[in-house]
Amino acid sequence: MMTFDALTGVLLVPLAAAALLAMLPGYRVSARLNVVATTLTLVCAASLFFKRPQPGPYLLVDDLNATFIVLTTFVGFTTSIFSASYIGHELAIGRLTPPFVRFYHAMYQVLMFAMNLALVANNIGLMWVAIELATLTTVLMVGIYRTHEALEAAWKYFILGSVGIALALFGTVLVYMAARPVVGEGLDAMVWTVLVKRAGAFDPALLDVAFVFLLLGYGTKVGLAPLHAWLPDAHAEGPTPISAVLSGLLLNVALYALLRFKMLLAANAAALAPGPLMVTLGLVSLLFAAFMLYRRRDIKRMFAYSSIEHMGIITFAFGMGGPLANFAGLLHMTMHSLTKSAIFFAVGHIAQAKGTQRIADMGGLTETHPLLGWGLILGVVAIAGLPPLGIFMSEFLVVSSTFARAPLLAIILVAGLLVGLAGLFLRLNSIAFGEPRGPVGKPTASYAPMFAHLAIVLAAGVYMPPALVGWFQNIAGLLG
Amino acid sequence: MSRIDFDVAHLLAGSLVLISFLELYQDRLYSLLNVYAAHALVLAASVAWQAFVQDAPHLYVTAAIALLFKAIVIPVALHRIIARLGIHREIENVVGVGLAMLAGMGLVALSMVVMLRVTHGADPLAREDLAFALSVVLLGLLMMVTRRNAVSQVVGFMSLENGLVLAATGAKGMPLVVEISVAFSILIAFIVIGIFLFRIRERFDTVDVQALDRYRGEQR
Repeated sequence: MMTFDALTGVLLVPLAAAALLAMLPGYRVSARLNVVATTLTLVCAASLFFKRPQPGPYLLVDDLNATFIVLTTFVGFTTSIFSASYIGHELAIGRLTPPFVRFYHAMYQVLMFAMNLALVANNIGLMWVAIELATLTTVLMVGIYRTHEALEAAWKYFILGSVGIALALFGTVLVYMAARPVVGEGLDAMVWTVLVKRAGAFDPALLDVAFVFLLLGYGTKVGLAPLHAWLPDAHAEGPTPISAVLSGLLLNVALYALLRFKMLLAANAAALAPGPLMVTLGLVSLLFAAFMLYRRRDIKRMFAYSSIEHMGIITFAFGMGGPLANFAGLLHMTMHSLTKSAIFFAVGHIAQAKGTQRIADMGGLTETHPLLGWGLILGVVAIAGLPPLGIFMSEFLVVSSTFARAPLLAIILVAGLLVGLAGLFLRLNSIAFGEPRGPVGKPTASYAPMFAHLAIVLAAGVYMPPALVGWFQNIAGLLG
Repeated sequence: MSRIDFDVAHLLAGSLVLISFLELYQDRLYSLLNVYAAHALVLAASVAWQAFVQDAPHLYVTAAIALLFKAIVIPVALHRIIARLGIHREIENVVGVGLAMLAGMGLVALSMVVMLRVTHGADPLAREDLAFALSVVLLGLLMMVTRRNAVSQVVGFMSLENGLVLAATGAKGMPLVVEISVAFSILIAFIVIGIFLFRIRERFDTVDVQALDRYRGEQR
């Protein structure tokens, strides 16, 4: 690349930081450098709103992925602040040793790089490579504690994730096969902007089969039931900052890949409508996860199931399609990312203070740790979809737009939402209120990231600036 | 394309499916690895033939990677790991061999029906290749679900990847990016797996994945 622009910044800053962090031994310096690097990436990402380069054969920035990139880099930035205090505590109690912390910081930046690359990729092959890289990085991070549970989780995630990735590659090859007779051999037949312009002339049958593979492949990474089996383990056993990034960001990135291919199919009139497939998978995930919330004993596992539930809702909304449902899906995705990572920030510190992740050993948090306890309550109220927070609004939009078009589906949707809500509150009650139980440690907590996220979610629920509404409407229109 | 070009490509891709079947009924780890090496060897030949037929020199690189890395380095390394762990007899099938073979045949029939039906437009060689590739992918998946042993699951995954390489090379003129990345990902995947196997050994004294189930978070 020639001159330094924001797009190169989004990719090069994490990469350079990863190289640097791999060499730096000290924890304090690397934690700060990690924060500095994510801040720089966020600044670069934000500037993409104002000035963006022309799409090339490999990279592309448009309204759709600019939104995803800013969300990703923002949550990456706040998580790095949370991670600094979280990892400091893990180091202090000896759960992690300095070499592992060094490895952790380098991998964190590689993960940011991989996610950004997947988002800006204009080439469907490159996008696949980036998602594969992100998978491998997170596998290594999930297994970092090297306990029985962590190794099992990482192994399961690795095997299921690889199978998903493999199916997605097969789908990608099929898309190329469909494009080749129309676009011609070579690089152009894998460039997304070229593909979407000429998709009308592709062989519809081949595109259909390709989409089924892509849906199964990337759907595994989104965590859609029945392909979700890796997700709860990976969330529960890895370090909590990684749980936050997995739930808040990586699932979105996989969903973004699916959306790109959905747009490709939508451009071909004779191909199958991807909507019903996504609606079905979304509803199945929502219902399944909502019922699974009841019997959870591990707090991180519980919120992992809640992530499956919400990815189901988002996939459902995008599957319904149309300006209103797409708008709701986008809003829900943004709100879910912010809220779920805030919850994991709280849960991470709570688990450190209590020395366990078992729900049975937690109780009366509002008395012993008022800030963490109330933060968690606020987060759960938000994630359950109660007014006046942001998720209430997006869920309301999903439900109301569905009622207008398919009342039967809406009834199932509402039932799933209510079951999930009850499940969450049942557990929340015993965690946050009542007699204090279990050990009471003092966490070295950083509250700023958690409350910053929750404040944004609250603000979005109370008042959405018209500029933001217009921006989301514009993207919802693009998604078709 | 002349008749002989097509026939040889067809023969090689078909052999790959046959060898996948051979893998399905191996009941000892060493023989499984040998069969996998043969699998990779045939893949290398097939890719090299495609490179020749399509006049695409960059595919020779992919063929070389398949030959050196998948047919030689990985089987040798896995041999050593197995020897060191002393687990060469431990293969446990979840289902019987007969059932697995029947399921495999069903999967091959399925992929023929699906791929041949949807690829009317493509040239005949690419059609056949895709159908065979999908069979190999599905057989690899089948192997992963019918085996409990971590090493044989990894072998299943690697033969699945071989199917993907077959698909990618059969798609004429597909940019190099993907081939390299596939090979590269196998490399990384293998490193990860290697580390895992050692760690699993360190912690559990067995590589039977079922033993891991005891440590599930839900059963505390």
